This record gives sequence, C-alpha cells and structure tokens, in this order.
Amino acid sequence: MDTDTINAIVLFSNFILVPGMTYGAQLALGALGITLVFGVLRFANFAHGDMMAFGTMIVVMITWWFQSLGITIAPLPTALLALPLAIVISMSVTLLNDRMIFRYYRKKRSSPSTFVIASTGVMFVFNGIVRFIIGPDDQRFTDGERFIIKAREFKKMTGLDEGLSIKVSQGLTIVIAIILVAALFWFLQRTRTGKAMRAFSDNEDLALLSGIDPERVVAITWIITAALATIAGTLYGLDKSFKPFTYFQLLLPMFASAIVGGIGNPVGAIVGGFVIAFSEVIITYAYKKFLIYAVPPGWAPDGLMQLLSTDYKFAVSFMILVLVLLIRPTGIFKGKVI
Amino acid sequence: MISVEDVSLHFGGIKAVDGTSFTIKQGSVTGLIGPNGAGKTTLFNVIAGVYAPTSGHIILNGEDVTGLKPHELFDKGLLRTFQIAHEFSSLTVRENLMMVPANQAGESLMSAWFRRDAVAAQDAAIRDKAAEVMDFLKLSHLANEQARNLSGGQKKLLELGRTMMVDAKVVLLDEVGAGVNRTLLKEIGDTILRLRDERGYTFCMIEHDMDFISRLCDPVIVMAEGRVLTQGTPDEVKANEDVIEAYLGTGLKNKLAAEPA
Ligand SMILES: Nc1ncnc2c1ncn2[C@@H]1O[C@H](COP(=O)(O)OP(=O)(O)OP(=O)(O)O)[C@@H](O)[C@H]1O
Ligand SMILES: [Mg+2]
Repeated sequence: MDTDTINAIVLFSNFILVPGMTYGAQLALGALGITLVFGVLRFANFAHGDMMAFGTMIVVMITWWFQSLGITIAPLPTALLALPLAIVISMSVTLLNDRMIFRYYRKKRSSPSTFVIASTGVMFVFNGIVRFIIGPDDQRFTDGERFIIKAREFKKMTGLDEGLSIKVSQGLTIVIAIILVAALFWFLQRTRTGKAMRAFSDNEDLALLSGIDPERVVAITWIITAALATIAGTLYGLDKSFKPFTYFQLLLPMFASAIVGGIGNPVGAIVGGFVIAFSEVIITYAYKKFLIYAVPPGWAPDGLMQLLSTDYKFAVSFMILVLVLLIRPTGIFKGKVI
Repeated sequence: MISVEDVSLHFGGIKAVDGTSFTIKQGSVTGLIGPNGAGKTTLFNVIAGVYAPTSGHIILNGEDVTGLKPHELFDKGLLRTFQIAHEFSSLTVRENLMMVPANQAGESLMSAWFRRDAVAAQDAAIRDKAAEVMDFLKLSHLANEQARNLSGGQKKLLELGRTMMVDAKVVLLDEVGAGVNRTLLKEIGDTILRLRDERGYTFCMIEHDMDFISRLCDPVIVMAEGRVLTQGTPDEVKANEDVIEAYLGTGLKNKLAAEPA
C-alpha cells in the first residue's frame, strides 16, 4: 500500500470512523431506552431526551462536588465516579414520575396518544427543572486525561502526514456501550425478569394471565431506561459538553434510530443508532482532503466536496426516517408497526 | 365454585352479554355452547377479568371478584385459554410454558443475584414441569422453537399447556379443541377428566364439537344472543326445541340440528 492510501485511511478513520462509532454508540444507548419503553409501555416517550439531560445534570453536579472535595480518578474523568450515585437518583426520580403521571393513565387504560401527550408534558417539566437548577448554558465537567492518542503523536509515531486522534471520551463511550449492551442482552435473554419483559412486550394480554406482575415489569423497564439515559447523556456530555438544549435536539436522531431499526426491537435500536450516526457524519463531511489522497494527482476537486453543511445535520435523521417509513414502515428488523 | 349473577356487558349498542346467570359447580366440566356471536367468549372475558361487566357480579368461591384484574384472578387459581391462540411470539415454546408460574424467585433482582442456588433449584423444577407438559402434548421436538413459528393447531396445544403448568382451581377453555387432530383431541379429553378426578380441577369449556361436549360435559349451558337459553345434560340440551331453533335461526347449518335428538 502506498502512503497516499494509508493517509486516506487514517484521514477516514479520524474524521468518520471514530466520530461515527462514538456518536453511533451514544445514539444506540438513547434509542435503546426509547425502544424499551415503547415495547413494554407501548408509547413513544418524548421525555426521553430531557430525562437524559436530567440524569446528566445530576452527574455534573456530583462531579463538581467530588472535584471540590479533591476526589478524582485521573486519568479517567471524575464523572465516571459520579455515575453510580447519579443513576440511582435518576432511577428514583423516573420511578416517582411514573407513579405520579404514567401509572394514572395505565389505570385508566388510556390510549397511546394520551401517553404521548403526557410524556410531552413530562418533557417540559424535566426541561424546566434542569434549566431552573443548572441553567441553560454550556457546562464543562470533563477532567482527567483528554486523549488516548493525539494526532501529533500519531504522526510522529508513524511518520504519516495525517494524524489519528482518539479522545478518552470516545474510547470510554465505545467500551461502556459494549459492556452495557452485552449486559442488557444477557438480562433480556437469560433472566426470568428479562424474559418477562420480552413476554410483556410480545403480548400484554397474555402476560397479564401469567405469573407476570405488570407493575414490576414496568418499574424494571423504567429503571433500565433511566440508567441507559443517564449513561448515554453523560457520555455525550463528556464527548461534547453539557448543554440542556442539545439533549432535546438529540430526540430526533434517537427516535430516528429506534424507528429505523424497528421500534420495540433492541437489536434494531443499536443498528439504527449506527446507521443514523454514520449517515450524519458521512453526509456532512467535507471530502476534499480525502480525495486529494484517493485520486491521482491533478484530479483533486476544488470545492469542499461536502454533501450537506453540518448546520443541517439534523435533517439527515429526518430524511432517513421519512425514507424508512415510506419503504419499510416496520424498520430494518421487524419492530411493532406503529 | 363460580356464580355468574345477572351479568351484562354492552359494547356501545351491542348487548354481547345480556343478563346471564348460571353456576359452575365444583369439580364439574361445564360446557358452554351456542351459535357464533352468542357472547360466550365475551362472557369468559368478563369472568377472567378482561372486561368489567356493565352490571352483575362474578362470585368465585363465595368471594365477589367482579372487576378484579386478570392477574389477580390468576393468583386466585382462575386460568383461561384464548379462542384465538395467544403466545409470546419471540419466546421459545419452553420459555412460554416456563413463564406461567407466578412468584418465581428469579423475578426479584435481589434474589437473582444473592440467592442463585434457590433460583436455580426452582428454575429446574419449572423446567421439568415444562418438559412433562411438552411431552404430553407432543410438542417436545419444538421446545426451542420460537412460538411464532408454530402451526395454528400447535398454538392451541400451547394454550392448553399453559393451564397445565400450575395447579389451577378453575380453568376456562375457549375452543381448545378447534384445529386439533382427532387422536390428540381424545387425549386432551382424557386429560381434562383426569385433572378433574385426580387434582380436583373445575372446567368450563366453550366448544362447537357436539361429540366432544357429550363425552366430557355435564351440565351443558346453551347461550344465544347474550342470554342463557337452557341448561341440562348433553342429551336434554340436544333434544331441546329452543336450542335447535337458536342454531338454525342464525342461518348456520350446525351438526347439532342434524343429529338425532
Ligand atoms: N371488543 C368488542 N367490541 C365490540 N363488540 C364486540 C367485542 N367483542 C365481541 N363483540 C361482539 O359481541 C358479540 C359476542 O361475541 P363473542 O365473541 O362473545 O361470541 P362467541 O359466542 O364467542 O362466538 P364464537 O362461537 O363465534 O366464538 C358479537 O356480536 C361480537 O361482535
Ligand atoms: Mg368465541
């Protein structure tokens, strides 16, 4: 392989592969929460983005507190240490929220659209609470080592023109996502409670006539969802920064991921997350430099070679969503038809 | 055992069940027959807690259970099967059966982690039970098949299998025989009688096959248009003019009418 090809591969990895994997893992974790709630409780939970913001806010505050006490786990970010406590708090808040809001509508056997409207209300409440407590601005809570490999070091090491940088937050995202997904699938496939959740999602009528306690299944679903949301939100916040509004914006790509993969289907949520993430990264990347390496000299284009400006990145999820709903409404893996 | 007391259920203008009263005696196999749309399934749904009746009461062992949720009735030992087979489609046949018993130790997260031995022992017992049931229903070779892939008749067998997984008191069977072959149907009939005699189950079954009914059921309750038309032994019912009228009145050629009274 000549150096141009290797440079092109490194460039591709640095700007598409690594960011795509990271963002894909974050979307997948978010979409899993949405899909679990849809599968078991049978409604689209619009509050999911703001539940993520809430959980992450708790992480940020505990992180600050730990930092003020001088407790850190460098080179890893302190936020990881704050996660367990924050997860417990957001689980409790999520369960309380279910008791106070959603359970009432379950008792009344309300239609899914009523639940969706209720969840929109919950979204505004969480949104308000977060802004009230921590404010609408950007908050930084990252500490510890920033990079696993820096571009400059990579160049020195390999002698290539192009550098590859991998941030700690990116590495963490991917590793944690793999562990979480493995644990979740083990839980759903192997444990009695996990099977009860799948059974409930398959056929609620029948689940009610088996030794399955629906309120327990619902509670476990919220507990898992709260954990996933808090972790996904924290990983996203470590990778970018914590700003409440961005979590609301993530709602569209997360829902797109869940629906593209087949809503109600956990495997689908993961695949959907990566499909959306890579589409977004690939479509908004400027290929000029890549083509300089990839095509013979003199053929290189003058323009940026960018299909869509990053300002429009949310349009990508939207387009994919519309396409999937037109061509295959059940998603890539057969989910529930909505 | 179960008293249905003046129960009505109206869907908008449709009086699916309209002032029905009867009792299911302890240890009986009570047949519930009637033309299509008579309200039999709907009545089962009311007894099993799927619908709360518009009016009337359901008494189970002297206790008013009207309006209790299906799983609460399940806890009281009332099981039912569905006319249109229900299954957990993404779970295997074995998992479908193993899902039935309530209060399994593995269900609590705490004990799933801290009392692994107890969980494993209970799990093994339930697994053995499921194997026994599958063996009986000739479903063993499908143990690890996802339930969605079963044929219609096999799904009906799975319906019946579920009721055999726990010690029930009352079992409501909604056309378990429909779509099941003759040989197996005979064995199912034998099992029903055996469960009653050996374990004291009480059955109430909806069925259209008059031979099957005659062999198993006493008494037989006939419903039409949401009401109880008559009840009695199979022979009495078959001889009843009103019953023949009700079946013919719906325009359906039922074998009941053809059979010599
Ligand atoms: N959920 C429902 N909403 C509205 N009408 C219903 C509903 N369920 C049943 N019905 C109506 O109630 C009546 C009784 O139906 P049901 O299913 O109880 O009859 P059935 O006696 O079980 O008949 P079959 O022998 O065909 O199974 C029918 O007219 C049916 O259309
Ligand atoms: Mg019926």
